[in-house]
Amino acid sequence: MSEPGPRIVAFACNWCSYMGADNAGGQRLEYAPEVRLVRVMCSGRVDPRLVLAAFDNGADGVMILGCHPGECHYRNGNVTAMRRHVLLERTLTQMGLEPERLRLDWVGASQSDRFLRLANEMVQSIERLGPLPRRGKDLGEGAR
Amino acid sequence: MSKPKIAFHRCVSCGGCEMALLDLFEDRPDWLEAMDIVRWPVTAVSTIDGVEELPDRGIAVSFINGAIRTEAQAQMAQLLRRKSDLVVALGACAVSGGIPALANLTPREESPAPGVYARVHKLDDVIGVDYYLPGCAPPVPLVAGAVQAILDGELPERGAVLAPNKALCASCPLNGSKPDDVRVEKLRRPVEVALDPRRCFLLQGVLCMGPATRDGCGVACVEGNMPCTGCLGPTDNAGDQGAAMLGALGGIVDGDTPEEFGENTRALVDPAGSLYRYTLSAFPLKLIPGGRD
Repeated sequence: MSEPGPRIVAFACNWCSYMGADNAGGQRLEYAPEVRLVRVMCSGRVDPRLVLAAFDNGADGVMILGCHPGECHYRNGNVTAMRRHVLLERTLTQMGLEPERLRLDWVGASQSDRFLRLANEMVQSIERLGPLPRRGKDLGEGAR
Repeated sequence: MSKPKIAFHRCVSCGGCEMALLDLFEDRPDWLEAMDIVRWPVTAVSTIDGVEELPDRGIAVSFINGAIRTEAQAQMAQLLRRKSDLVVALGACAVSGGIPALANLTPREESPAPGVYARVHKLDDVIGVDYYLPGCAPPVPLVAGAVQAILDGELPERGAVLAPNKALCASCPLNGSKPDDVRVEKLRRPVEVALDPRRCFLLQGVLCMGPATRDGCGVACVEGNMPCTGCLGPTDNAGDQGAAMLGALGGIVDGDTPEEFGENTRALVDPAGSLYRYTLSAFPLKLIPGGRD
């Protein structure tokens, strides 16, 4: 068996990004299988705690995909997503996370090609970084 | 009936928890008579031998404060765990790392010295903990409540946090000043603002951790015209205190572009140290700043 690739969780909003991904599937376009899609109603509902939970449960990279600015189905959910991304990136970078591991971007409902490109780019950049370190070595695996 | 044996022990700590205990016994000197203190290094009762000679689970309760940075601290905690029926993590450091755990933001890939861990750990990283009593320092009424519950044998389910499970804002006298739609134009550092003591501090642009923090301190800092820094840790609902507060800030601070929002939140100069001031040892990811394993 080949080496397992990086694990990437992509939160995609129901109205634009997930539609874009769905269209890619409908057209039988191939994209990196390492990207696991999680459909959410709005990128603005992707709580930072969900992002941390994804990393904590094995993700090497997390994508948050929403509607383009000005096109949010709920008017400004994607603005909330953008703001949280700014703070989350600043905080996690300070803690030692490479900023490439957390990516926010926009995909329109008809932009299957764009979804494809972003997903493949994400996999490539995470492959370069390697797996996310899971825990410190201090107490070892035997620690409670 | 023989008096219950109680131990107090400290690891990496500033002594604030000890002050809370001294305050407690100042209020309730009768409790000193009701218990047999077998270890309390800050006072005179400090021999380890005495603890080692006790039967396993011979101590009714050990209150352990401070974070864990050395193997010796972990070993002493393990000894007390073996000798105690109950272990209470006392104070923010024992519960979730507290101020000492800010050291985890400094790059250190290896142990800096023999017997010293590369990072700061919370108590339940090295032993099982029955109850958590947070706070920096833990509010005396909460400690008193815990001691009373132990003496009465009326403790909640093991694993409980012995503090109210609601957000500080619920008790905050400034909560009434909040409009339904909270909007903050720009964050500001506390030193840049003469805080109006009648208006919610978040509305004034100052980071106040109240929404993500447990009640139980009597809103002491806000009453002193200082924003909450989050020492009682998260409510169960908040879960990850820093991420919960970060999510809230994303919802209320203005900024339609990353540049604009970045500028409006520039006052948050130390986001990890501000949002996770007392909980870095509980942060799920063990990232090594400046490098990887």
